[in-house]
Amino acid sequence: MRIAVQTAAFDLGEEANAFAADLDGAGAIVTFTGVVRDLPGGGLQAMEIEHYPGMTEKAIREITTQAATRWALGDVLVIHRHGRLALGEPIMMVATAAAHRKDAFEAAEYLMDYLKSRAPFWKREITSEGADWVAAKDADEDALERW
Amino acid sequence: MEVLYFAWVRERIGLPRETVETGAATVADLVEELRAREDRYAAAFADLSALRVALDQDLSDFEAPLAGVREVAFFPPMTGG
Repeated sequence: MRIAVQTAAFDLGEEANAFAADLDGAGAIVTFTGVVRDLPGGGLQAMEIEHYPGMTEKAIREITTQAATRWALGDVLVIHRHGRLALGEPIMMVATAAAHRKDAFEAAEYLMDYLKSRAPFWKREITSEGADWVAAKDADEDALERW
Repeated sequence: MEVLYFAWVRERIGLPRETVETGAATVADLVEELRAREDRYAAAFADLSALRVALDQDLSDFEAPLAGVREVAFFPPMTGG
Protein backbone atom coordinates (compact mmCIF):
# COMPACT_ATOMS: atom_id res chain seq x y z
CA MET A 1 0.00 0.00 0.00
CA ARG A 2 1.41 3.38 -0.97
CA ILE A 3 -0.11 6.78 -0.14
CA ALA A 4 1.41 9.98 -1.48
CA VAL A 5 0.16 13.50 -0.73
CA GLN A 6 2.26 15.85 -2.81
CA THR A 7 2.42 19.08 -4.80
CA ALA A 8 4.50 17.54 -7.59
CA ALA A 9 2.90 16.32 -10.80
CA PHE A 10 2.98 12.60 -11.46
CA ASP A 11 3.09 10.51 -14.61
CA LEU A 12 0.08 8.22 -14.79
CA GLY A 13 1.85 5.72 -17.05
CA GLU A 14 4.95 5.51 -14.88
CA GLU A 15 2.91 5.14 -11.72
CA ALA A 16 0.68 2.46 -13.24
CA ASN A 17 3.69 0.53 -14.56
CA ALA A 18 5.53 0.71 -11.24
CA PHE A 19 2.39 -0.45 -9.44
CA ALA A 20 1.90 -3.35 -11.87
CA ALA A 21 5.55 -4.40 -11.70
CA ASP A 22 5.41 -5.04 -7.98
CA LEU A 23 2.44 -7.38 -7.86
CA ASP A 24 2.19 -11.05 -7.18
CA GLY A 25 -0.89 -13.06 -8.11
CA ALA A 26 -3.02 -10.17 -9.32
CA GLY A 27 -5.17 -10.80 -12.38
CA ALA A 28 -6.74 -7.36 -12.46
CA ILE A 29 -5.51 -3.80 -12.06
CA VAL A 30 -7.88 -0.83 -12.06
CA THR A 31 -6.64 2.76 -12.18
CA PHE A 32 -8.60 5.98 -11.93
CA THR A 33 -7.20 9.45 -12.52
CA GLY A 34 -8.90 12.76 -11.74
CA VAL A 35 -7.90 15.64 -14.02
CA VAL A 36 -8.39 19.42 -13.78
CA ARG A 37 -11.22 20.20 -16.20
CA ASP A 38 -12.45 23.51 -17.53
CA LEU A 39 -15.64 25.20 -16.32
CA PRO A 40 -18.78 24.62 -18.43
CA GLY A 41 -18.39 28.03 -20.13
CA GLY A 42 -14.56 27.89 -20.16
CA GLY A 43 -12.28 30.38 -18.43
CA LEU A 44 -10.61 28.25 -15.75
CA GLN A 45 -7.06 29.52 -15.22
CA ALA A 46 -6.01 27.12 -12.49
CA MET A 47 -7.23 24.99 -9.63
CA GLU A 48 -5.89 25.41 -6.11
CA ILE A 49 -6.20 22.60 -3.62
CA GLU A 50 -5.83 23.16 0.10
CA HIS A 51 -5.50 20.29 2.54
CA TYR A 52 -5.10 19.54 6.24
CA PRO A 53 -1.56 18.16 6.67
CA GLY A 54 -1.60 15.24 9.09
CA MET A 55 -5.31 14.56 8.90
CA THR A 56 -5.11 14.07 5.13
CA GLU A 57 -2.64 11.20 5.39
CA LYS A 58 -4.51 9.70 8.35
CA ALA A 59 -7.88 9.84 6.56
CA ILE A 60 -6.50 8.29 3.37
CA ARG A 61 -4.79 5.55 5.37
CA GLU A 62 -8.08 4.73 7.12
CA ILE A 63 -10.00 4.70 3.82
CA THR A 64 -7.48 2.41 2.12
CA THR A 65 -7.36 0.12 5.17
CA GLN A 66 -11.16 -0.14 5.06
CA ALA A 67 -11.02 -0.99 1.35
CA ALA A 68 -8.41 -3.67 2.02
CA THR A 69 -10.62 -5.32 4.65
CA ARG A 70 -13.71 -5.28 2.41
CA TRP A 71 -12.13 -6.58 -0.79
CA ALA A 72 -9.37 -9.06 -1.47
CA LEU A 73 -6.73 -6.66 -2.75
CA GLY A 74 -3.17 -7.42 -3.71
CA ASP A 75 -2.16 -3.77 -3.41
CA VAL A 76 -3.51 -0.21 -3.32
CA LEU A 77 -2.00 3.08 -4.47
CA VAL A 78 -3.38 6.56 -3.73
CA ILE A 79 -1.70 9.74 -4.97
CA HIS A 80 -3.38 13.08 -4.27
CA ARG A 81 -1.90 16.47 -5.12
CA HIS A 82 -2.41 19.84 -3.48
CA GLY A 83 -1.29 23.36 -4.37
CA ARG A 84 -1.83 25.11 -7.70
CA LEU A 85 -2.69 22.92 -10.70
CA ALA A 86 -3.12 23.92 -14.35
CA LEU A 87 -5.93 22.86 -16.66
CA GLY A 88 -5.48 19.27 -17.82
CA GLU A 89 -3.08 18.30 -15.05
CA PRO A 90 -3.73 15.14 -13.04
CA ILE A 91 -5.12 15.88 -9.56
CA MET A 92 -5.05 12.39 -8.10
CA MET A 93 -5.06 8.72 -8.91
CA VAL A 94 -5.98 5.44 -7.30
CA ALA A 95 -4.85 2.01 -8.39
CA THR A 96 -6.17 -1.27 -7.05
CA ALA A 97 -4.95 -4.77 -7.76
CA ALA A 98 -6.87 -7.96 -7.12
CA ALA A 99 -7.12 -11.51 -8.36
CA HIS A 100 -10.37 -10.65 -10.14
CA ARG A 101 -11.69 -7.44 -11.70
CA LYS A 102 -14.84 -7.12 -9.57
CA ASP A 103 -12.83 -6.59 -6.39
CA ALA A 104 -10.46 -4.17 -8.16
CA PHE A 105 -13.30 -2.09 -9.70
CA GLU A 106 -15.42 -1.96 -6.55
CA ALA A 107 -12.50 -1.08 -4.30
CA ALA A 108 -11.46 1.72 -6.68
CA GLU A 109 -14.99 3.15 -6.65
CA TYR A 110 -15.15 2.90 -2.89
CA LEU A 111 -11.82 4.70 -2.58
CA MET A 112 -12.98 7.46 -4.93
CA ASP A 113 -16.30 7.96 -3.14
CA TYR A 114 -14.57 8.25 0.23
CA LEU A 115 -11.65 10.36 -0.95
CA LYS A 116 -14.12 12.85 -2.37
CA SER A 117 -16.06 13.43 0.86
CA ARG A 118 -13.83 12.20 3.71
CA ALA A 119 -10.29 13.22 2.81
CA PRO A 120 -9.68 16.84 3.91
CA PHE A 121 -9.04 18.56 0.59
CA TRP A 122 -10.76 21.73 -0.63
CA LYS A 123 -10.70 22.78 -4.27
CA ARG A 124 -10.83 26.35 -5.49
CA GLU A 125 -11.35 27.37 -9.11
CA ILE A 126 -9.36 30.37 -10.29
CA THR A 127 -10.74 32.48 -13.16
CA SER A 128 -10.10 36.05 -14.38
CA GLU A 129 -13.10 37.02 -12.20
CA GLY A 130 -11.50 35.72 -9.00
CA ALA A 131 -11.48 32.50 -7.02
CA ASP A 132 -14.43 30.31 -6.00
CA TRP A 133 -14.40 27.43 -3.55
CA VAL A 134 -15.94 24.34 -5.10
CA ALA A 135 -19.07 23.37 -3.18
CA ALA A 136 -19.53 19.75 -2.14
CA LYS A 137 -22.48 18.07 -3.85
CA ASP A 138 -25.23 16.24 -1.99
CA ALA A 139 -24.74 13.42 -4.50
CA ASP A 140 -21.17 12.96 -3.25
CA GLU A 141 -22.40 12.46 0.30
CA ASP A 142 -25.24 10.21 -0.90
CA ALA A 143 -22.70 8.09 -2.79
CA LEU A 144 -21.30 6.86 0.54
CA GLU A 145 -24.60 5.28 1.52
CA ARG A 146 -24.33 2.48 -1.01
CA TRP A 147 -21.28 1.14 0.82
CA MET B 1 -6.05 24.11 22.51
CA GLU B 2 -5.10 24.67 18.90
CA VAL B 3 -7.93 25.74 16.63
CA LEU B 4 -7.43 25.40 12.86
CA TYR B 5 -9.46 26.84 10.00
CA PHE B 6 -9.48 25.75 6.37
CA ALA B 7 -10.79 27.00 3.01
CA TRP B 8 -13.42 29.75 3.27
CA VAL B 9 -13.59 29.42 7.05
CA ARG B 10 -9.91 30.39 7.16
CA GLU B 11 -10.56 33.27 4.76
CA ARG B 12 -13.51 34.64 6.72
CA ILE B 13 -11.72 34.48 10.04
CA GLY B 14 -8.50 35.73 8.50
CA LEU B 15 -6.05 33.27 9.99
CA PRO B 16 -5.17 29.58 9.56
CA ARG B 17 -4.75 28.64 13.23
CA GLU B 18 -4.66 30.07 16.73
CA THR B 19 -4.28 28.95 20.31
CA VAL B 20 -7.51 29.34 22.24
CA GLU B 21 -7.85 29.23 26.02
CA THR B 22 -11.28 27.81 26.69
CA GLY B 23 -13.30 25.91 29.22
CA ALA B 24 -15.89 24.95 26.61
CA ALA B 25 -17.38 21.52 27.31
CA THR B 26 -18.42 20.75 23.74
CA VAL B 27 -17.62 21.88 20.19
CA ALA B 28 -20.93 23.79 20.14
CA ASP B 29 -19.88 25.67 23.31
CA LEU B 30 -16.55 26.56 21.71
CA VAL B 31 -18.37 27.82 18.60
CA GLU B 32 -20.55 30.04 20.83
CA GLU B 33 -17.44 31.51 22.47
CA LEU B 34 -15.81 32.18 19.11
CA ARG B 35 -18.99 33.71 17.64
CA ALA B 36 -19.18 36.16 20.51
CA ARG B 37 -15.64 37.40 19.87
CA GLU B 38 -15.96 39.41 16.64
CA ASP B 39 -18.10 39.74 13.53
CA ARG B 40 -15.68 37.76 11.38
CA TYR B 41 -16.12 34.73 13.66
CA ALA B 42 -19.89 35.20 13.72
CA ALA B 43 -19.82 35.30 9.90
CA ALA B 44 -17.72 32.15 9.64
CA PHE B 45 -19.93 30.23 12.07
CA ALA B 46 -23.28 31.65 10.87
CA ASP B 47 -24.49 28.33 9.44
CA LEU B 48 -23.20 25.22 11.18
CA SER B 49 -24.88 22.95 8.64
CA ALA B 50 -22.29 24.27 6.14
CA LEU B 51 -19.40 23.32 8.44
CA ARG B 52 -17.60 20.20 9.50
CA VAL B 53 -15.39 19.72 12.55
CA ALA B 54 -12.45 17.43 13.26
CA LEU B 55 -11.13 16.67 16.76
CA ASP B 56 -7.49 15.61 16.85
CA GLN B 57 -7.70 14.96 13.11
CA ASP B 58 -10.78 12.71 13.23
CA LEU B 59 -14.08 13.87 11.78
CA SER B 60 -16.52 14.56 14.62
CA ASP B 61 -19.67 16.59 15.31
CA PHE B 62 -20.74 19.74 17.13
CA GLU B 63 -22.15 17.92 20.16
CA ALA B 64 -18.87 16.13 20.85
CA PRO B 65 -17.12 16.79 24.18
CA LEU B 66 -13.78 18.63 24.14
CA ALA B 67 -12.23 16.99 27.20
CA GLY B 68 -8.69 15.89 26.35
CA VAL B 69 -8.83 17.30 22.81
CA ARG B 70 -5.70 19.17 21.68
CA GLU B 71 -6.61 20.17 18.14
CA VAL B 72 -9.96 21.33 16.76
CA ALA B 73 -10.38 22.09 13.06
CA PHE B 74 -13.31 23.79 11.33
CA PHE B 75 -13.84 23.57 7.58
CA PRO B 76 -16.49 23.28 4.85
CA PRO B 77 -17.51 19.87 3.45
CA MET B 78 -14.50 18.31 1.75
CA THR B 79 -14.02 18.31 -2.02
CA GLY B 80 -11.25 15.82 -2.66
CA GLY B 81 -10.86 13.34 -5.48
